[in-house]
Amino acid sequence: MRHLLSAADLEAGEVAEILDLAEQMALVQSRPVKKLPALRGRTVVNLFFEDSTRTRSSFELAGKWLSADVINISAKGSSASKGESLRDTVLTVASMGIDAMVVRHMASGAPLQVARWFAAQGLGVHVVNAGDGTHEHPTQALLDAFTLRRHFRAQDPGRSDALAGRRVAVVGDITHSRVARSNVLLLTTLGAEVVLVAPPTLLPSGVGTWPVEVSHDLDAVLPHVDAVMMLRVQRERMSGGYFPTPREYTVGYGLTRTRLGLLRPGTPICHPGPMNRGLEISADAADSAGSLVLDQVAAGVAVRMSVLYQLLGGQDDAGDTTGAVR
Amino acid sequence: MTQDEGQGRDVLVLGADLAGGGPGDLLIRDGRFSDPGDAHGDALRVDAQGLVALPGLVDLHTHLREPGREDAETVESGTLAAARGGYTAVLAMANTNPVTDTADAAEHLAALATRLGSAEVVPVGAVSKGLAGEELAELGLMARSAARTRVFSDDGHCVSDARLMRRALEYVRAFDGVVAQHAQDPRLAGRDACCDEGETSGRLGLPGWPAVAEAGIVARDVQLAELTGSRLHVCHVSTAETVDVLRWAKGRGIPVTAEVTPHHLLLTVDELLGYDPTYKVNPPLRSSEDVAALRDALTDGTIDAVGTDHAPHARHDKEHAFVDAAFGMLGLETALAVVVETMVRPGSLGWADVATRMSSVPAHIARLTGQGRPLAVGEPANLVLVDPGRRAVVDRDGSLSLSRNNPWHGRDLPDPVVATWWRGRRTFARS
Repeated sequence: MRHLLSAADLEAGEVAEILDLAEQMALVQSRPVKKLPALRGRTVVNLFFEDSTRTRSSFELAGKWLSADVINISAKGSSASKGESLRDTVLTVASMGIDAMVVRHMASGAPLQVARWFAAQGLGVHVVNAGDGTHEHPTQALLDAFTLRRHFRAQDPGRSDALAGRRVAVVGDITHSRVARSNVLLLTTLGAEVVLVAPPTLLPSGVGTWPVEVSHDLDAVLPHVDAVMMLRVQRERMSGGYFPTPREYTVGYGLTRTRLGLLRPGTPICHPGPMNRGLEISADAADSAGSLVLDQVAAGVAVRMSVLYQLLGGQDDAGDTTGAVR
Repeated sequence: MTQDEGQGRDVLVLGADLAGGGPGDLLIRDGRFSDPGDAHGDALRVDAQGLVALPGLVDLHTHLREPGREDAETVESGTLAAARGGYTAVLAMANTNPVTDTADAAEHLAALATRLGSAEVVPVGAVSKGLAGEELAELGLMARSAARTRVFSDDGHCVSDARLMRRALEYVRAFDGVVAQHAQDPRLAGRDACCDEGETSGRLGLPGWPAVAEAGIVARDVQLAELTGSRLHVCHVSTAETVDVLRWAKGRGIPVTAEVTPHHLLLTVDELLGYDPTYKVNPPLRSSEDVAALRDALTDGTIDAVGTDHAPHARHDKEHAFVDAAFGMLGLETALAVVVETMVRPGSLGWADVATRMSSVPAHIARLTGQGRPLAVGEPANLVLVDPGRRAVVDRDGSLSLSRNNPWHGRDLPDPVVATWWRGRRTFARS
């Protein structure tokens, strides 16, 4: 794997490899001494153009537990507003001799552009998309898949393809959600069925061509799903005219205490965080036995360790700088 | 520009197909076409057998960037690029810094072009002061100035306020002006909107620019043109929906004209899949159905003219994330190539049609008297010689523009322009 830019680039076999390795990493995570020497001497830069606490610290821990040197650069605000082009910013950092760049940017497609600029310069720096605008967040989808796979395997240890045929509802602001886009791609690659539930104002144009079902009726969907992913409602959407009031949103699309009763017992509940308790998810749901929210956070580190290892570990990949951007 | 070979001497162009009307000879003398029979023995003879002669092209929609962004384009470089593309006149949009919203600004630009230009530069006046969309700019003073402004546009911004648009249309009627509208309802397609709204924008997570944001404004404006009896011109039509509105309006006899860019005749939203800001343009690249509708409209005259929307940008203004990068692409040097590829080769337009849609009609819309004229004795010698069969792979580094945001780089396209004369002066010759 040269870069991790989109969940669309991963085949089922590659996903299984990443998740299997993440299981090994999770074992390390539970040990009192967590450090592995795997990426000693390798350097990872977390270049975050957008605020993030959990994703940045998750990548930071992942790198450090693999013994990579990790530095965090916060480049808040678009480079355009500072007068420096994005290309200059990333080439400057890459030219310091780093091995991987984890990029979060408020603009869709930015990590893909970064990877292309590196390729054009002959730089072998690996790029990981840590969330780009309203496009994708592939490591979030991987950690969600990891979390669900573990959950279903515990229930049904005999099945290896734990996600195949599972029905997963993704509920909330699909239009602006990179988590939703990556999850749709990854879950369908793994054979799961996806139901998107949202008011029509929060469904992306062209959703009819996606390999998913679409519903505006959460009550009708919940009794028939194997897992629920609730999405965060961004504060700026609340006054954007996408729905009349937060209260009305909760009545229509929130996972309230009442709705919790519509789920089959033990149905897992995911949320990428941070949660707006009382808006898209009630405290009862967030803290219920089915809630996997904290498992997701733990899985995040293991999955990112696995991804960094896949990109940087093992063979010396010097010279492999002109490979196709993928 | 240095004196060209042949400058001051008669030029005798022999055997070119005269705008699709069959072979003939042209004599260029003292800036005009003269009777070839009067040619002196020392006339420079140009063998033009197999070539097509067209009247010099006229671009209704050019951004020259001077004053303000001379790092991206100047009057000098932009008109050199124009001449290379076969153009002898360009209308220079008002969104410079300062904005062309006063008689002084218009005259300054016109004077600059007289000194440095390789083509006629006709200033477009802003509709509103500072392009702010609030108060009318001094339209009448620009019209009375030495620049003789007749085309007014806030291009880059839509005159979205219906009352301001109505007043602008009414007001310019006094001097036979035209309001050229950049149709983009800002409430439906805001500043971030950069991708045709549809399956692609949804998948890529790019802010959508829906077709209705264009067609809705055009539907309003053609009715304002009917109400006021004034001339409306619609810039860079990009959607099938707008074509339908234009067809309806023209059927009613409303005085509306429209242009399409070369890039909207060939490129589609699929170019955006790699998030390459080279393909970021406003209005955005649309679907292949839109491309087909635009070609049909240019064929049947629903769309009157080709306008390049030549929009040079310094490299660093394009090296941002897609949504942060500047809008626009180069167009002057490749416009005729794209029209040959999309319209002439498939048989939709003949050479006489190309001459109307790229020269005489745009000249008439802008009320230019010395451009877009027939290739006839006594007319200004504005001429482009075209090789219909030649092709080449476009190399952005071969451009005469100062900018490199060329969406055609690496594409195999016709390479038709052999030579251009503006008022008898050779402004481009292929080496």
